[in-house]
Amino acid sequence: MDSKPAWAEMGLTAEEYARICDLLGREPNYLETGLFAVLWSEHCAYKNSKPVLKLFPTTGPRVIQGPGENAGIVDIGDGQAVVFKIESHNHPSAIEPYQGAATGVGGIVRDIFTMGARPIASLNSLRFGSLDDAKVRYLCGGVVAGIAGYGNCIGIPTVGGEVSFHPSYTENPLVNAMCVGLVEHKDIRLGRAAGVGNLVMLVGARTGRDGIHGCTFASEELSEESEQRRPAVQVGDPFMEKLLIEACLEVIRGNYIVGIQDLGAAGLTSSSAEMAGRAGTGLELDVSLVPRREKGMTPYEVMLSESQERMLLVLEPDKEEPVRKIFEKWGLEAVVIGRVTGDGIYRVRDGKTVVAEVPVKALTDGAPVYHRLGREPAYYREKKNQPVDTVPVPEDLGQVLLQLLADPNIASKEWVYRQYDHMVMTNTVVRPGADAAVLRVKGTGKGIALTTDGNSRYCYLDPYRGGMAAVAEAARNLSCVGAEPIGLTDCLNFGNPEKPGIFWQFEEAVKGMSEACRVLEIPVVSGNVSFYNETEGEAIYPTPVVGMVGLLPDIARRCTPDFKDPGDKILLLGGFSPELGASEYLALVHKIEAGRVPGLDLDLEKRVQACCRSLVREGLIKSAHDCSEGGLAVALAECSINGNVGALLEVEIEGRPDAFLFGEVQSCIVITCVPRDLAQVEAAAREKSVPYRLLGEVGGERLVIREASGRALIDQPVGEMRRVWQESIGNYF
Amino acid sequence: MKFGVVVFPGSNCDMDCYHVIDQVLGHPVEYIWHREQGLAGYDCVILPGGFSYGDYLRTGAIARFAPLMDAVSAFAARGGLVLGICNGFQILLEAGLLPGAMRRNDSLQFRCHDVYLRVENANTPFTNRYRPGQVIRMPIAHGEGNYYADPETLAELNREHRIIFRYCTGDGDVAPEANPNGSLENIAGICNKDGNVLGLMPHPERCSEEILGYDDGKALFMSVLHWWGLKREREVVARG
Repeated sequence: MDSKPAWAEMGLTAEEYARICDLLGREPNYLETGLFAVLWSEHCAYKNSKPVLKLFPTTGPRVIQGPGENAGIVDIGDGQAVVFKIESHNHPSAIEPYQGAATGVGGIVRDIFTMGARPIASLNSLRFGSLDDAKVRYLCGGVVAGIAGYGNCIGIPTVGGEVSFHPSYTENPLVNAMCVGLVEHKDIRLGRAAGVGNLVMLVGARTGRDGIHGCTFASEELSEESEQRRPAVQVGDPFMEKLLIEACLEVIRGNYIVGIQDLGAAGLTSSSAEMAGRAGTGLELDVSLVPRREKGMTPYEVMLSESQERMLLVLEPDKEEPVRKIFEKWGLEAVVIGRVTGDGIYRVRDGKTVVAEVPVKALTDGAPVYHRLGREPAYYREKKNQPVDTVPVPEDLGQVLLQLLADPNIASKEWVYRQYDHMVMTNTVVRPGADAAVLRVKGTGKGIALTTDGNSRYCYLDPYRGGMAAVAEAARNLSCVGAEPIGLTDCLNFGNPEKPGIFWQFEEAVKGMSEACRVLEIPVVSGNVSFYNETEGEAIYPTPVVGMVGLLPDIARRCTPDFKDPGDKILLLGGFSPELGASEYLALVHKIEAGRVPGLDLDLEKRVQACCRSLVREGLIKSAHDCSEGGLAVALAECSINGNVGALLEVEIEGRPDAFLFGEVQSCIVITCVPRDLAQVEAAAREKSVPYRLLGEVGGERLVIREASGRALIDQPVGEMRRVWQESIGNYF
Repeated sequence: MKFGVVVFPGSNCDMDCYHVIDQVLGHPVEYIWHREQGLAGYDCVILPGGFSYGDYLRTGAIARFAPLMDAVSAFAARGGLVLGICNGFQILLEAGLLPGAMRRNDSLQFRCHDVYLRVENANTPFTNRYRPGQVIRMPIAHGEGNYYADPETLAELNREHRIIFRYCTGDGDVAPEANPNGSLENIAGICNKDGNVLGLMPHPERCSEEILGYDDGKALFMSVLHWWGLKREREVVARG
């Protein structure tokens, strides 16, 4: 028998428990302890990350709502705004991949429509171990099916994202789900329980025993015992969610409610306490009124249940009837379970009996903030200084290119995204597979572009540069389609922050991201921190993921990565100085993960992106694709494969040919234009002080890269490249 | 000509169909809630895609019991045009307005991508703006589009030219590799005996505007308008 006290079982430390006793002036009862345990968990309180997150720039002329609400809001003109956020569902997905991923989608979608916005797109960023491992294939297949099963049913297109593979995620996959919504300014709603005497109404699904202490589970490491946490994983009902979206948007648009919030982590407890906390009010709830899925539930179980597809509304008393009618029309329950009070107390009753009574502020703002100690881990300098240019240059570089194209990290992700409905709502103008997805905004000439990015190898080898690169690459991807980056949401996936080496990774990555955001002028408007991604003491690679939204003022002026027509000139924008260090090539072919992460000059990056965007807007270029994993050769191959046309490039090699072809570099974009526009394109680059070089031209059925001497380094048929690139991931299943 | 788009709980292509009728065709259109009982005043009713009632039992199996479905049957019997797209097709099968049934895709996965279709019969209210044998593109997005019918039904469908669309290659070859879901005879869409009820798995409403990549689906809606125009003319002539 375990003889740990209840508070320790619930994840509180002795100091935290003492602090609660101080705040209350007495010992909390069992239910009260539970309330504190969930609201003070890392997942809800960000107690380990708060001081570091303050580094992010969060303001800008377009920002309507920054961090602190359910999602961030950024203006896109014409009285419209986009609402977006990314969130992790890593631990549930490690235990039960289908439901873990499905409920991850459901949760983030609720975060968006709770702000009054109609969700218009989902994205996701996924990390798994190697597909050679059968368990990993089970996790990967399950996660993808879960995202599809939920997202397809609710009718929100899954338009983009990323999937990558590395052994550090074998037991602890990452499932980060992002949702984007569109809202008229006048329909924006916040999660506030304002107005003393107003009613608190619970709508949607009934409350069951599922997911109790899910957020506490998310705030600890995975272990053998995690399997026993399976009951902490919730089960999703996308049909209920779809009804909830329609009903909630109907009451919001009809102006029937004062505040609204979804029940996510820590269920009724966190949603109600946070709503009261933001409004500076008190709240009284009667758990006996909560509709239940099963008999005999205790107040503790009702308050901490993480049953999905539930929302909490705050409304004026005379709106109860019309609101109830709207929910009834959609076949949903809507029950008043409490009211807003003016005493700042969070009071829970079970019928006539008061079962918990604590100050709201103690729950929402009383959590301790830990200034953890970061210390550079031993591996850092050793890996960074490890010489990598001693590896032999492979003889057949064409074979290396095919090997890279077949690498699941680089190969086509069609096997994944063809399982997602990415076209419903008929806004998807640029589909998955491009640098960024582009959606039209019906009724306007505008478009929005969406992407998620992150390179965990870079972050492992140099978290500062890796953090910068994640932001820069996301912004570059948006610029490649012609969109101006207008806001960012982040999902920071790390190991146990109580370990100094992990905390150092976290701090450095956030510093790097913040610096890039500052220089590129992209505000962070929402985000999520996921710590404790460790299995038996082994952490994942540090994985900050960036979700970014861009705006296209005129959607007719957009760009895609594929080569278009024979004869088009191919140029490279940006300073080209590829690095072997930290490259996918080095890891895949030479089995080395070390060396220096490619340098990033943010001022140059900014100029390159601005140049690319203006070329797209002036209609001067026909394609744009950034150089990332796999280097220049892979970027060119992707342009050829997608355009189903070859290219002939003549290059002057500086240094090793493998580094030139497959080494990685920042701030570089492959563009094409018709010959008659070449002079204008070059002039535009010069005017913006952007270095560029002419590489060759589009045409034929092969990708040929040769030296000035005439020696071919690469000479591959496009069809063969497409075959290995397209079939690779599917072949594992 | 007035269109109605049926909204079942869980329909999710209702707004897309509405958009095409309203914004692309510029014709009157209204949503019809599943609890309504009549269809007076409508000329064409669209059952849109989605997951009606969550499709937890079998696609379309619950929706067929919606109060509105009796009215849809009566409307079809009177010669009204009924177009079932994706989940709408599945509902028409369950409701017995079209023969056959859907099984899960043979891949056991949901599939969303473009397919090529061959127009097998261009002499219907829904296809008269296509050429017979024309190869067109449309997106699919479904997990259960694997059409099945017993051999007699299949023979009858063939005999009566009621197989309207078949999955094919870009060259128009009705080949196994062009079949995205295991459908018998590559069937993508069929109609009833009178030709006024069409069910198809691909989504014409997702490809009716150039900005979405191509607009091969628009001709399906234009066919309906064209057919309606001819019908009106005939009626005027008949009345003298």
